[in-house]
Amino acid sequence: MWSDFFTVSVIVATLASAVRFATPFLLAALGETIGQRSGVLNLGVEGVMLLGAFTAYYVRLNPSGWGWAGSLPAAILAAIVVGALMGLVYAWMTLVMHAEQGISGIGVFLFGLGFTDLLFQKQVGVPLPIRGLTPWKIPLLGDIPHIGDIFFNHNPLVYLAYILVPVITIMINRTTFGLNIRAVGETPEAADTLGVSVNRIRLGAILLGNILAALAGAALVMNTNIFQQNLTAGQGFIAVALVYFGAWRPGGVMAGALLFGIVSSTVLQLKTLGIVSGAASALTAMAPALLTIVVLVIVSRRIGQPSALTRPFDRDA
Amino acid sequence: MEKVQEPSVGLLRRLARPLAGAAVPIFAVLAALLVGAIMLIALDANAIDGYKALFSGAFGGADELADTAIKSMPLLLVGVGICIAFRAGVINIGGEGQIIAGAILSTLVALGLPGLPRIILVPLVLLAGAIGGGIWGAIPGALKAYANVNEILSTIMMNIVAAQFMSFLLQDWLIEEGAIKIQQTERLSENSHLPLLPGGTRLHLGVLIAILVAVLGYVLLFRSALGMRLRSVGHNPHASRYAGMAVKKSIVQALAFSGACAGVAGAVLVFGSESHRLIGEGGAAAFTQNAGFNGIVAALFGGLHPLTTIPASFLFGGLLQGGIDLQREVQVPGALIVALNGLVVIFVVSSLKARGRLGAWADRFVTSGSGPSDVATDAADEARTEVAATSGGDA
Repeated sequence: MWSDFFTVSVIVATLASAVRFATPFLLAALGETIGQRSGVLNLGVEGVMLLGAFTAYYVRLNPSGWGWAGSLPAAILAAIVVGALMGLVYAWMTLVMHAEQGISGIGVFLFGLGFTDLLFQKQVGVPLPIRGLTPWKIPLLGDIPHIGDIFFNHNPLVYLAYILVPVITIMINRTTFGLNIRAVGETPEAADTLGVSVNRIRLGAILLGNILAALAGAALVMNTNIFQQNLTAGQGFIAVALVYFGAWRPGGVMAGALLFGIVSSTVLQLKTLGIVSGAASALTAMAPALLTIVVLVIVSRRIGQPSALTRPFDRDA
Repeated sequence: MEKVQEPSVGLLRRLARPLAGAAVPIFAVLAALLVGAIMLIALDANAIDGYKALFSGAFGGADELADTAIKSMPLLLVGVGICIAFRAGVINIGGEGQIIAGAILSTLVALGLPGLPRIILVPLVLLAGAIGGGIWGAIPGALKAYANVNEILSTIMMNIVAAQFMSFLLQDWLIEEGAIKIQQTERLSENSHLPLLPGGTRLHLGVLIAILVAVLGYVLLFRSALGMRLRSVGHNPHASRYAGMAVKKSIVQALAFSGACAGVAGAVLVFGSESHRLIGEGGAAAFTQNAGFNGIVAALFGGLHPLTTIPASFLFGGLLQGGIDLQREVQVPGALIVALNGLVVIFVVSSLKARGRLGAWADRFVTSGSGPSDVATDAADEARTEVAATSGGDA
């Protein structure tokens, strides 16, 4: 049984899908990183991922008569629009109404969970597969044995997620917008004194975060090619934990996403090979959550979160 | 700061704030229902008929009121636990997992000791529920106190672990023998069933237990030395440490008590249900009915005070109970209730700040310009500052 797993082809396939499975974690966690660096905790990632996933799925499902509107770019664009809308909602909740951030995200989660399930049952009904993104093999690099299969033969959203790691690192550390994000996340009062609009910077960070969360949902549904109730199954919450794992740095977040990608793809591979089956698969489904707790215990001693995290800014206060 | 006040002004002043406090969340719920109505119309459903069905289904008669009370029980139990945790400065999002842990442990007791007389077995399963939920709460509590792990994240992960563990148990060890493969236990011993209350409705002992737990929660928080310490730690952990209080122990205790309340809800959901078994079919959320999350809203609705959480839970329970009738009336899938539920959370949580502002305005209005002085002790206001202080805490 286990010997089936330890063959070169199976291990290469598992690692390749690990890189793919890490993508939704990575996109969502990168977005959450931007938000948290600006001082806003968003636990609604899970809900926004579901909304993004359903949107991309539904747009892609209806290409007949929709013309270009049913195309893959349109599906992804629609997910981005939904993400931006949810960003506006979350900005209203946290920046305008000063809602408690530890709880308000649960509302977004429940809404996303219920609303996507409702729309799926009402508008789709049976789980129809979509034609998702196809892999683009990168010339030359993709031909390297094993390495090429693992890293350089994926769909464009996968490449985008990994390219965003250095891009967001540079954005946070080397641009004015990034400097402002860090300023309002650490000492909003000081930033305000210097003429930085705290809420406008946070709005930008929230919008980016929610767009990336919705994109993560789209990436997820492009992996599975099918939508179902609670498709994300906790991945959005894990993405929030990955920000802590990565100590609020995109590089660290990527390491965490890859770790969870490996766990997810290994669990799936073990199921496919019949090494774990039936009831035991419920036990292996615990693995990511348990791993998250262990990881949090290990990393929690050395890190400092943005000082103003979850603290709303009120000039009059 | 005048010490002596006209008695009538004192009374008005005492009433103005809670009234303002109650009005805001009610408006928030109405706003959520309005957005829900737009959703219904977009789905070609008659929103007005739907909401009529909602209100008559929730509060339309004795049976409906009884069903609403049954629906609010787990909300109240979780909500009391939330009051304890939040007042101690700990955010407990783990109600879902704690309900499941309580349900599993109490089910194991009922399966293991089915022959005990009812007078012993019923308290025993409730106690088992409290212990199961208490342990499930104490784990993230200890992780926060001794390993500095953010409790928001750890409690969410504990939810996932509990849900998968229940799914495993009900597919394997505890599944009803010989049955077609439905994820449920056998019907549990008659002696473990919560007795029905007289009156011919479905009301059972669980309702009284939930109210009793709320009173106990009040006594614990506001009439005991332990509660004094928990609230002090929640208010200012650093000052409490200076004063010689055991801050770490308090965090563990707060989450353990909080989990224990949710665990009792788990036991009540099993032994007060009509099928009298633990059912995992349809996922863990179908069993908990999201009470672990909704209890948070009920507690916030009730100003994080165990006693005012009683009416708050009842109103919120009515909304959820009536949601079932709404969904039947307009023929949309049951997922509508979860979506509406999410909207209510969004609007209620967003309204809390406005509530504090309106309360302050009411004070100023009634005392005609003398300004708020000693009003900081008001529950809702205090609650807000505490929650705000909490979430910024060491993660």
